Amino acid sequence: MHPITTVHYLALSAALLLIGTVGVLTRRNIVIILMSIELILNAVNINLIAFSHALQNVNGQVFAIFVITDAVAEAAVGLGILIALFRNKETVQADEIDLLKW
Amino acid sequence: MNFLETIWLIPLFPLLGAALMLAFGKTLDPQPRSEVAVAPGVEPVYEHGHGHAHSHGHTHDHGHTHDHGHTHDHDHAHDHGHTHEHEHGHHHHSPLKFLVNLICPGMVLLSFIFSAGAVWQLSQQTHRVHEVVNFTWIAGLPFHMANGQMGSFQMDWGFLLDPLSSVMILVITGIGFLIHVYSTGYMAHDNGYYRFFGYLNLFVFFMLMLVLANNYVLLFVGWEGVGLCSYLLIGFYFQKKSAGDAGKKAFIVNRVGDAGFIIGMLMLLSTVGTLKFTDVNAVLRTGAFTPEVAGIGTLTIITLCMFFGATGKSAQFPLYVWLPDAMEGPTPVSALIHAATMVTAGVYMIARSSALFELTPITSTVVASVGAFTAILAASIALVQTDIKRVLAYSTVSQLGYMFLALGVGAYWVAVFHLMTHAFFKALLFLGSGSVIHAMSGEQDMRGMGGLKDKIPVTFRTMWIGSVAIAGIPGLAGFFSKDEILWQAYSSPKGATILWAVGLTTAAMTAFYMWRMMYLTFYGESRVAPAVASHIHESPVSMTGPLTILAVGSIFAGWLGVPKLWTAFGENFRGFEHWLEPVFATAAVEAAKEGEHSASIEWTLMFTSIGIAVAGILITRYFYLVKPHIPVRIGAMFPRGHRVLSNKWYLDEIYEFVFVDGLCKAGGLLLGAFDRNVVDGGVNGAGWFTRFAATISGWWDTWVIDGAVRLGSFLVKMLSYPVCILQTGRVQGYAFFVVIGVLVFFGYYVVR
Repeated sequence: MHPITTVHYLALSAALLLIGTVGVLTRRNIVIILMSIELILNAVNINLIAFSHALQNVNGQVFAIFVITDAVAEAAVGLGILIALFRNKETVQADEIDLLKW
Repeated sequence: MNFLETIWLIPLFPLLGAALMLAFGKTLDPQPRSEVAVAPGVEPVYEHGHGHAHSHGHTHDHGHTHDHGHTHDHDHAHDHGHTHEHEHGHHHHSPLKFLVNLICPGMVLLSFIFSAGAVWQLSQQTHRVHEVVNFTWIAGLPFHMANGQMGSFQMDWGFLLDPLSSVMILVITGIGFLIHVYSTGYMAHDNGYYRFFGYLNLFVFFMLMLVLANNYVLLFVGWEGVGLCSYLLIGFYFQKKSAGDAGKKAFIVNRVGDAGFIIGMLMLLSTVGTLKFTDVNAVLRTGAFTPEVAGIGTLTIITLCMFFGATGKSAQFPLYVWLPDAMEGPTPVSALIHAATMVTAGVYMIARSSALFELTPITSTVVASVGAFTAILAASIALVQTDIKRVLAYSTVSQLGYMFLALGVGAYWVAVFHLMTHAFFKALLFLGSGSVIHAMSGEQDMRGMGGLKDKIPVTFRTMWIGSVAIAGIPGLAGFFSKDEILWQAYSSPKGATILWAVGLTTAAMTAFYMWRMMYLTFYGESRVAPAVASHIHESPVSMTGPLTILAVGSIFAGWLGVPKLWTAFGENFRGFEHWLEPVFATAAVEAAKEGEHSASIEWTLMFTSIGIAVAGILITRYFYLVKPHIPVRIGAMFPRGHRVLSNKWYLDEIYEFVFVDGLCKAGGLLLGAFDRNVVDGGVNGAGWFTRFAATISGWWDTWVIDGAVRLGSFLVKMLSYPVCILQTGRVQGYAFFVVIGVLVFFGYYVVR
């Protein structure tokens, strides 16, 4: 049985990042987009943890904690905005929210 | 006390009186009815029962009965005496009235005292000219004179006392004072008492400024001021339309003359370079301006313009028409302004400019001719007038014509002499007529008089003296001055037989119309309306006193200028001419030539004029006393002539037609055409041009200015279009570009 090396972690992380990015770019539902953003953040977390483990340096973990905190806050704010938006527009489709056009 | 240094105070006294009256009179006036002046002949507007309680005491003071029932019955149109009695109860003891009576005549009396003192001190000097300059009035303004030199227009507030102005101030303040005293009686029952005296004092102020001024500009101040006061006083009974109209007429006619005076004055300034009397005379006497024998020169135009001004103020043809209408004013005003003083302003002005008029024989001829013509024209109108004051008004115009005749023939001192004697007897006659009107309860028509001589004896006797004086009976004032004028008109180098003949005819007419007035008023059967007859009473002492003094003056004033022929009288009796000699120095040279005429001619002429005056009186006596139907028959024999005279030669109508209607209508048409073509044309043209310019400007704006701006915006829009399509407003689209960018960066670093 092969041991789990840093490369495996990085591959997982890259896969998650890819999935998240494609989700952000392609899905129309803002809730899904927010979830995809969470995926991207978690890909980053995996990276941080993997390197922290590999380099035996705890800084990466500290950063991961920060990123989680940040993700929570971001999700809270994002969902709050989303609810306010829904109240006004009665939609959560990102392509229907295009008021910033000139 | 040195009165010569205080001559500037002389006009200030009446000014103070006028200021007090006009500023405080109304507030102090206790009477409840404010400004309802009751003119003679205008029905009083207040109820009668109120006044009767007061009127009793007063009517009994006058010593004649007052029939109540009667006065209520008769027509109130001539209710002057009636109002008089009503008003006395209210006003007789009014403290304000007492104050007015004290201040206004008092101020004029003060002026008279100062004038008399100053004239006395002047007569003690060898060089009988005294000038007091109070301050510089108009600082020196540079200007170009007619000869190209630079002149300086500087006017002083200065006063000049010389023999001429001293005669004038004595006449103005002396006779003015008597008329003020008379007015306290005559106006006693008129409302607006303080206003009347305020205007009267103001008039005296301006008149004194006129004669005491040391330059033409200050003279002009007085000249316009007396015109204003004349207007105010003619229109004193301003509720009467005719009075207001007469005031306006006087004012406007005078302005016509004043325009001439101003032009003459400015041309004189431009020619001589100064308007100060002494300087003008000094320049003219240097000989720099030679007498113009033929042709119209600058000086002739100047003098003609000034004479035109004088015709307005002194009521000469063609501008005399205002004076008869001025009789709408209260009678004391007619006496003071329109007989004794203001109308002599023109005579004074020309006498003052004698050095100038001496140089212009053409103007002198014009002055003499106009004077003679006015004299006979006015006298002929006076022959048929029935209004007692209008007879005197035309008589005044006629007598002023005599003065201008004298001025025109170069006999300046005679003109001033006649001015003075005329002031006495004409003031007397006017005040006497006022006393008659007063007695007749406002009646002015002589056809409603007659037989008054025993009822108002003092008025009758004084007016008798005045009429003898004006008719030219030897021994009284009018004879001396009028005879001297006739003699000068005949003998002076500038005189002519025709001028003398016109003067003589006028003298006959004068005797006729004056005695016609006397006979119609005082003699014969009484034609007085019975309603009026019961009120006839002699005027109070305040009125008869001045009459008596003026009558004395009318007798003796002439003895200052006894004819040279009367060698029995010493030089003292010819003091007037000698007194004025310094003023008319150049004229005296001219007059010296008159010695060529023999004494016998002068005697003949004198007896002719005396004879014609006596004949005039006798004919009148025959016509109006012995055979009263004759004038009626003569009138019927020449209906056209009588009508022409009654209508004053239709001159008012001609003026109405030519100037008021003709000139106004023609002017209106011309003005209309001018308005339509030039004024409207200008406006329309300007409008069209503006529209045209606006069209061009609009085209430029639309296509060039806006075009450039719109081209700029169009280009920006075109260039920005590709960028615009990138902005979709969709978050994911932007995120896509971010990812692309990140990938590009990565690709770059990976490939590198």
